[in-house]
Amino acid sequence: MENLLIRYRNVSLLVALLFAQVLGLAVQVRRSPRSESTRLIRVWAVAAVTPLEKAIVWVQDSTGRTWRNYIYLRGVRQENRDLKYQIESLRLQQVRLTEDAGQARRLQALLGFKEQFIKKTVAAQVIGSTGSEQSRGVYIDKGSDDGVSKDMPVITAEGVVGRVLQVFNGTSFVLLINDQTSGVGAIIEKSRLQGILQGTPSGGVVLRKVLADEQVQLGDVVLTSGGDQIFPKGLPAGVVSSVSAGPDSSLIIQVRPSADLSKLEEVLVITEKETRVPQAGADSGMRAVDILARRLPSVPDNASATGAANATGIPLPMSNQPAPAASLPGTVVYPADPGNGSATTPRAGAAIHRTSPAAASPGEHRAPAQTKPVGATAPVAPAAKIPHSDADRKTPVQPTPPPAQPTPNEDKPQ
Amino acid sequence: MPITYTSGEQVEVYRFSLPVAILVPLVAIFLQSFLPLRFPFFSIFDLPLLVTIFFAVARRSPAAGMVTGALIGLVQDSLTHQPIGIYGIAKTVVGYGASSLGVKLDVENIGARFLVTLVFYVVHEVVYFAVARGLVGLTLSWTWQHELGSAFGNALLALPLFFLLDRFKQRT
Repeated sequence: MENLLIRYRNVSLLVALLFAQVLGLAVQVRRSPRSESTRLIRVWAVAAVTPLEKAIVWVQDSTGRTWRNYIYLRGVRQENRDLKYQIESLRLQQVRLTEDAGQARRLQALLGFKEQFIKKTVAAQVIGSTGSEQSRGVYIDKGSDDGVSKDMPVITAEGVVGRVLQVFNGTSFVLLINDQTSGVGAIIEKSRLQGILQGTPSGGVVLRKVLADEQVQLGDVVLTSGGDQIFPKGLPAGVVSSVSAGPDSSLIIQVRPSADLSKLEEVLVITEKETRVPQAGADSGMRAVDILARRLPSVPDNASATGAANATGIPLPMSNQPAPAASLPGTVVYPADPGNGSATTPRAGAAIHRTSPAAASPGEHRAPAQTKPVGATAPVAPAAKIPHSDADRKTPVQPTPPPAQPTPNEDKPQ
Repeated sequence: MPITYTSGEQVEVYRFSLPVAILVPLVAIFLQSFLPLRFPFFSIFDLPLLVTIFFAVARRSPAAGMVTGALIGLVQDSLTHQPIGIYGIAKTVVGYGASSLGVKLDVENIGARFLVTLVFYVVHEVVYFAVARGLVGLTLSWTWQHELGSAFGNALLALPLFFLLDRFKQRT
């Protein structure tokens, strides 16, 4: 026997090495993926590779920043002008969206929904990848020392990137959404169809579990649904790029990720989410249809109804986000409410008038979204005076042009 | 020019200094992890595999070849989120095969290097897929077009890389 082993030394060693590794694999597969039985080996490997990656990324980043910030400034003035113009446009858009968001919050409150909000993020630099086509993930330069922990969502400004799978002291491993073992609860924005976003072996992303009889169109935006308890609801995940029939009477929807997963440089790790029920105060007994009815322009203005509406304590649109209005010229904002830290809504019983931009006098142009009773539909003026007291109401402000065209149907709840 | 040895010819065996034996695989693994971020197409290459093949055929020792392959593969596994051992097994087999073949082939020959790399890349992928699907239960897609394209690309990259690594060889 001994002679046999010596004679076939190399083959014996090969068999032994293979057997040991197969045994190790079997143990890992049998154990739960969360048991992290191989953590020590991974820590060593990561500690051997990532310091050099961090150093190179730092040098590259510093050099690039010096070049861009101090040397290559061609076209900066023009870009600055364009950006200022863009900011103004976005402010207008934000006022309008805030109105819609306010309505959504109230309706969600009525239905008892809980929302998750991004409270805190940590910016991280992508320093490395797995280097394997079979494992799609990246390493970032933030770890447990920076408050990152397992299963935290990772995003960019464009959309969802993935989730933190392994955390080390100064590094973390992020599993990308195009890895075949990942899964993200997703919803198609337009049709509200829900499914699971999964990676494919070739690195694509598909939306599964959507029934074949549903209508899905190319170009539809896919958002996170929040159903996976990892990603907050409403983050852009991708765009439908192709639709085909799959097995078991479901659709296979190819999705092009919003974030460019092949060229990631900087990402945001959502380290803290806040789950809260949208505030509706004492309005919980009010039906959504009542709110909608009051938003219809055809409903006559009724002083008593107005007073009642405010007595319910329903937050008015923009009550949580006064910043856009505050940053515009000629704008008066409600003082911060010491109770919740946000801008306050008009007090119950305060005189609140429904005023359309066309009807407002030049000196008293008001934002209908903020001067009307809850739910009243009217065009939103971007820079608006918000009457908080009689003194405020007398303060002359610069009029601002009304938005292009109000669309009554936009207020329809989803 | 014959690329196989006859019984009368002396087979040349090389060795490497310890720093080279440790640093070259580490640099290969580092580059494999770092470069695909900047150049996404680079993920078709497998630098650790090329280094495994190079060390195996230069040393011409099956034992050394398979141990080197196993260690490089295990470190590569550690950087992925898959169970550790899939790359390890594949590179162990490649290390053993390449060193066994290195005894019979003149690996200084460019044509032989190209063919050896081409063949062992495919062997590596076959073993990897077999282990990943059969033992671990991963769902992987095998496309001959992609695999052969990658094998060709790796074989081409192996030529300048092996030429570079030749400078670290020491005669025994």
